[in-house]
Amino acid sequence: MSQQVLIKARDLSVHYALSGGKIFGPKPVVKAVEGVNLDIAKGSFFGLVGESGSGKTTLGRACLKAAPISRGTIEFSDGEVQYELTTIDKKQLKDFRTRSQLIFQDPYAALSPRMTVRDIIAEPLEVMGLTSSREETDERVREVAAKCRLNLEHLRRFPHAFSGGQRQRISIARALVSRPQFIVADESVAALDVSIQADVLNLLKEIQLEMGLTFLFISHDLSVVAHVCDHVAVMYLGRLVESAPTRQLFSQPRHPYTKALLSAIPSLDPDDRGKMQKLEGEIPSPTNPPPGCKFQTRCPHAIDICRRDEPKLVHSAEGHEVACHRWQELLN
Amino acid sequence: MTRLLDVENLTLQFDTDEGRITAVDNVSFTLEAGEIMGLVGESGSGKSVTAKSVMKLNPSNAHYGPETKIILHLDSGPVDIMSLQQSKDLQVVRGGAISMIFQEPMASFAPAITIGDQMVEQLMIHTDMGKKRSKELSIEMLDRVGISDPSTRFGQYAFELSGGMRQRAMIAMALSTKPKLLIADEPTTALDVTIQAQVIDLMKDLVTEFGMGIIFITHDLGVIAQTADKVAVMYLGRLVEQGLVRDVIRTPAHPYTKGLLAALPSLDDLDAPLVAIPGDIPSPLERPGGCVFNTRCSDNLGARCGAEVPTESLLSSQHNVACHLYSEEAIK
Ligand SMILES: Nc1ncnc2c1ncn2[C@@H]1O[C@H](COP(=O)(O)OP(=O)(O)OP(=O)(O)O)[C@@H](O)[C@H]1O
Ligand SMILES: Nc1ncnc2c1ncn2[C@@H]1O[C@H](COP(=O)(O)OP(=O)(O)OP(=O)(O)O)[C@@H](O)[C@H]1O
Ligand SMILES: [Mg+2]
Ligand SMILES: [Mg+2]
Repeated sequence: MSQQVLIKARDLSVHYALSGGKIFGPKPVVKAVEGVNLDIAKGSFFGLVGESGSGKTTLGRACLKAAPISRGTIEFSDGEVQYELTTIDKKQLKDFRTRSQLIFQDPYAALSPRMTVRDIIAEPLEVMGLTSSREETDERVREVAAKCRLNLEHLRRFPHAFSGGQRQRISIARALVSRPQFIVADESVAALDVSIQADVLNLLKEIQLEMGLTFLFISHDLSVVAHVCDHVAVMYLGRLVESAPTRQLFSQPRHPYTKALLSAIPSLDPDDRGKMQKLEGEIPSPTNPPPGCKFQTRCPHAIDICRRDEPKLVHSAEGHEVACHRWQELLN
Repeated sequence: MTRLLDVENLTLQFDTDEGRITAVDNVSFTLEAGEIMGLVGESGSGKSVTAKSVMKLNPSNAHYGPETKIILHLDSGPVDIMSLQQSKDLQVVRGGAISMIFQEPMASFAPAITIGDQMVEQLMIHTDMGKKRSKELSIEMLDRVGISDPSTRFGQYAFELSGGMRQRAMIAMALSTKPKLLIADEPTTALDVTIQAQVIDLMKDLVTEFGMGIIFITHDLGVIAQTADKVAVMYLGRLVEQGLVRDVIRTPAHPYTKGLLAALPSLDDLDAPLVAIPGDIPSPLERPGGCVFNTRCSDNLGARCGAEVPTESLLSSQHNVACHLYSEEAIK
């Protein structure tokens, strides 16, 4: 794999002010992403996993300049261009939009019900002015639709007539039609049953190799991530808590949260019922996170220092970083 | 055991621009009070529309077959769902005796009303609780599904929540009315496995506490193995196999069920390729004659599978399969 870095985020933070809460006093703030450093190698299939609400979607969107960045920098360099996303100008941003795409988490919300599938897929081309004639647009749409195994008859229909999995292929076709370099796939196979999921994942992998794409693949399905990603980062409450080459992460998880995730994967054996390791303790609020390590309220190994100081992400092995005060002690 | 639901010969067709399609074809199953039935199958196989039929929730282009019979057994006596015409009559089942967790979380929350107001409104319609009690219960339910700081979240709008929180809020709303029957359509796809385990525990608690019955639609066979009592497998509108979870997962009979199990990414061998079931699910406009799976079946027996619809063969008292491989002639 080439070692060129496509996305390089430093001290990246995204904060949201919330409605609700108290009428007087400051509005609560959610630190959806806080102080994240992230390198995504060009051509990699980079997995991002973590608790619901931990900031995965927000981080993915920030990498596309589609979330309000409060602090930090993101560099995008694909060998042809180099942009710093927080200071990027309009013209560059327009170009960046053709080079990066998002495949949505919710295929129901993502597709406009009043457009035919053909028009949905063609829209990015038309909005960005990437084609010069209707024939050319049609040609591009047909080409990408075939890649995503949608047929001509599908193109004339409206999205409501499709089931979740079929819609997800439409979203994928739409994301690919501008021939981007970088794709953020947010829970793109969560709605799919396993045999189609295998098919779509094989498809994404194929497309990635063929077109040399880089994927940021957001998922909470660890077995899927294990099979398709070459590197995995784990988030908890806005922070990166562990990052490692896939094999390493699954064979030697070092953060207690990663360990808990791996042990909670539902087993296919009905006799394993009730044997899944469960986490005790309070799930912290993103508006009022605990001091110290954000995982301390649920961590079976938390001690005083964990409740006081926030651990930094440190090198623990080749390509393997972990943010835990006790990772060395907990090696066994 | 007490019978909660009888679905007999459910057939459902939709009028579409291209003609009438069959989405559900002669499906029958039963559910006891306190029982969890998993419903699995390929995307587009008709799981969601089957579930919605139990509440007569399909849009106006839907046509139910004349043989279709759906009976819900309540304490007050059996309710013949198909005979309910007015939305006033249907109120009894929608959101009252039956709750549904929809596959599309965004669609189930009105964008301009806070999560809390919607929960309270629903409780006030379907129970005799007052406003104050409704609010308390709503917040308590948000807490039980693992939403931290529930009183703040209560005052927020759906778009302010992460995908998984939205899903949990929907689960809280669906469970708060203590329905007799819960239809959960992919309820945990957006959750990390540690939270998923917690939500599933909550559902199981309610099953024991109130004898609630659940139809649990998911493509995660691990979740089924850990949660459901029995499982039904759908393909292109037909139920191809039904049985106790242990039997179906340990000794799957239908070639489609076998294919689904083989497509699961295994954590034991990360290098193993993902095996999709070959071929594409046919369009509902071109449903294959005979066995609906024959165009993709690796055990296809030839002419018979393409011509004759297989009837159910009983493999054991509670395990049956609709496949010619198991018909009497084939066994002989
Ligand atoms: N309102 C509708 N009008 C026309 N066709 C429809 C409508 N709703 C569903 N269908 C069709 O009915 C079939 C079954 O759809 P359904 O949504 O039940 O699938 P599903 O098994 O839930 O799939 P998924 O796993 O992708 O959610 C599909 O072919 C779908 O295109
Ligand atoms: N537009 C917004 N306004 C306010 N808060 C937001 C907004 N988008 C996200 N948040 C908050 O930021 C935090 C992170 O949300 P995000 O959607 O990134 O999580 P996630 O890891 O993708 O979760 P999931 O797995 O459930 O999709 C959550 O607390 C969420 O409520
Ligand atoms: Mg998300
Ligand atoms: Mg569905």
